[in-house]
Amino acid sequence: MSTKSRLERRFADLKAQGRGGLVTFTTAGDPTFEASLELVLGLPGAGVDVIELGMPFSDPMADGPAIQASSLRALGAGMNLARTLDLVRRFRGTDEDTPIVLMGYYNPIHSYGVEAFLADAKAAGVDGLIVVDLPPEEDDELCLPALKAGIHWIRLATPTTDDKRLPSVLANTGGFVYYVSIMGITGTREVQADAVRVAVERLKRHSELPIAVGFGIKTPEQAASIARVADAAVVGSAIVERIKGGLDDGDRPRPAMVPDVLGFVRALAAGVRKARNG
Amino acid sequence: MTSLNTYRGGPDEGGHFGQFGGRFVAETLMPLILEVERAYTAAKADPSFQAEIDYFAKHYVGRPSPLYHAERITEHLRRGDKGAKIYFKRDELNHTGAHKINNCIGQMLLARRMGKKRIIAETGAGQHGVATATVCARFDLPCVIYMGEEDIERQKPNVFRMKLLGARVVPVTSGSRTLKDAMNEALRDWVANVDDTFYIIGTAAGPHPYPAMVRDFQCVIGNEVREQIMEMEGRGPDSLVACIGGGSNAIGLFHPFLDDKNVRIFGVEAAGLGLDTDKHAASLTGGRPGVLHGNRTYLLQSDDGQILEAHSISAGLDYPGIGPEHSWLKESGRVEYVSSSDAEALEAFQTCSRLEGILPALEPAHALAFVVKLAPTLPQDHLLVMNLCGRGDKDVFTVAEALGTEI
Repeated sequence: MSTKSRLERRFADLKAQGRGGLVTFTTAGDPTFEASLELVLGLPGAGVDVIELGMPFSDPMADGPAIQASSLRALGAGMNLARTLDLVRRFRGTDEDTPIVLMGYYNPIHSYGVEAFLADAKAAGVDGLIVVDLPPEEDDELCLPALKAGIHWIRLATPTTDDKRLPSVLANTGGFVYYVSIMGITGTREVQADAVRVAVERLKRHSELPIAVGFGIKTPEQAASIARVADAAVVGSAIVERIKGGLDDGDRPRPAMVPDVLGFVRALAAGVRKARNG
Repeated sequence: MTSLNTYRGGPDEGGHFGQFGGRFVAETLMPLILEVERAYTAAKADPSFQAEIDYFAKHYVGRPSPLYHAERITEHLRRGDKGAKIYFKRDELNHTGAHKINNCIGQMLLARRMGKKRIIAETGAGQHGVATATVCARFDLPCVIYMGEEDIERQKPNVFRMKLLGARVVPVTSGSRTLKDAMNEALRDWVANVDDTFYIIGTAAGPHPYPAMVRDFQCVIGNEVREQIMEMEGRGPDSLVACIGGGSNAIGLFHPFLDDKNVRIFGVEAAGLGLDTDKHAASLTGGRPGVLHGNRTYLLQSDDGQILEAHSISAGLDYPGIGPEHSWLKESGRVEYVSSSDAEALEAFQTCSRLEGILPALEPAHALAFVVKLAPTLPQDHLLVMNLCGRGDKDVFTVAEALGTEI
């Protein structure tokens, strides 16, 4: 990419401001397409720097109960991959600057067709992809075609990714590196900032890319502690739990759901902004 | 189809059988998968590993299992001068009552070599759970079995057996609460406990090296058949039949014979209430290629690539995917894949019980239901071997309910 991508511009801005960023995860279409769109449209105003959107899947192997349930709620309300791209397109119509990264599993994309998906995703305004079940060993499947289509491939690095393996994990990664701070599935354990600091320093020795840290960040204080040692903090399950708290017995959103979730996001953003890492 | 020199050469280094297989797992699992692969490659090259397996196969499992001429079924399926000579490979006589133990012994001995301290497994019908709990008791390692809530309800005797063997059975309440969800949950456990845990996958599916490794451990079935039928008939079989859920008993019987061009090979999937309904488990005949649980293979899935719930009266066949080598054998045309319905399997279950004095598990009852259709079309000197891969004691409640009988 000759000119800077949206993700590269955003992380350059954050660096210029001397602070870490806030990345939020929600599942596209949870609990409904309309409520999800309303929420996503409100995220930049609440202080979110990068939007990560989950592509709902029936069998999310790497996710904990909260995100599994959000995926099933979205699918139950008729969400699919085409509508996920539609949601991005609608968002992009109102916001040209906030990067959107899609996160999910390979099978729905495999079923949609790799070439068609990449063309539609690029046209909709998707900036990056995180596909959990595609390790470097399977780069021919989607990673290399995505790079060719001008979409960043964002890989997860984990505590099990040793120095020997790290170069292949980082090889085709762009935009940022997503460091999974704890072993396990999303939303189950709490993050330890000291361990993260060491891990981020190790990653920085291997890569110039910004490092975003996720898994186990549930409060504004934790988000702040991570933003001090990394380039961005990713909050997922805690937001998804908040969405669930705003639903009625039939999983329909109560009127206060979106404002409540955006209020929580605003608190996370305030935490991150206070934690200047100079 | 291109003609191959061998059908037994797969997988390649990346775990691919043609376009199928591979290693579609989260980065967290990659180092583990590679560690298992390295350890298995080293073990295979070490004669003492096979010697250990052979020892336990003989003295603990009770191998070789007999190859039995099912005379009364053979007689029953004679039509004029037609009617194949039917043999049962009696893997239901193994310790724990099914072929699953063959694989569990192998993986347990590998886990011990790797110094792992804790074993996890998924189970559908409970046969693999029982086999895993059994080897964990024997080798003194803590054992956690993930089992769908719905399967726990259908297979209460096996759940109790696992508990008696000292395993912890964790009910899985997510998704369809069956085998695929149990596998998701076991993978989640593994990701969270990478240092000390070995995952004993029960079928010839999952990320490389599992499909090849499980196949290797199950090939004892086909290798024994080859020797036994030579001894009894002075020649090899003409056809092989086995049921397929994930496909481990079938690949174990088939693989040694894949290059015997004159042997016809049939895999029998579960057609549930019928292939024209949405209540079946026939991934090869009713699904299309996709990626799930670490491999590319045929899957039951929606137009949008969401995984569908499988249905079969047999919990062991109730899985929306299939081992990747079977997907490849289908596409290469070497193996013919057919299906039997719930009702046909139920009928075959009763026929086998009454004529042979053997209660088959509902899984091989699907294979037998196909044999019932196939055998009468074949000449009398045709040697047909069916894998009777499990016994039916676990299924008596399901069968009673299906027949409308109160026990």
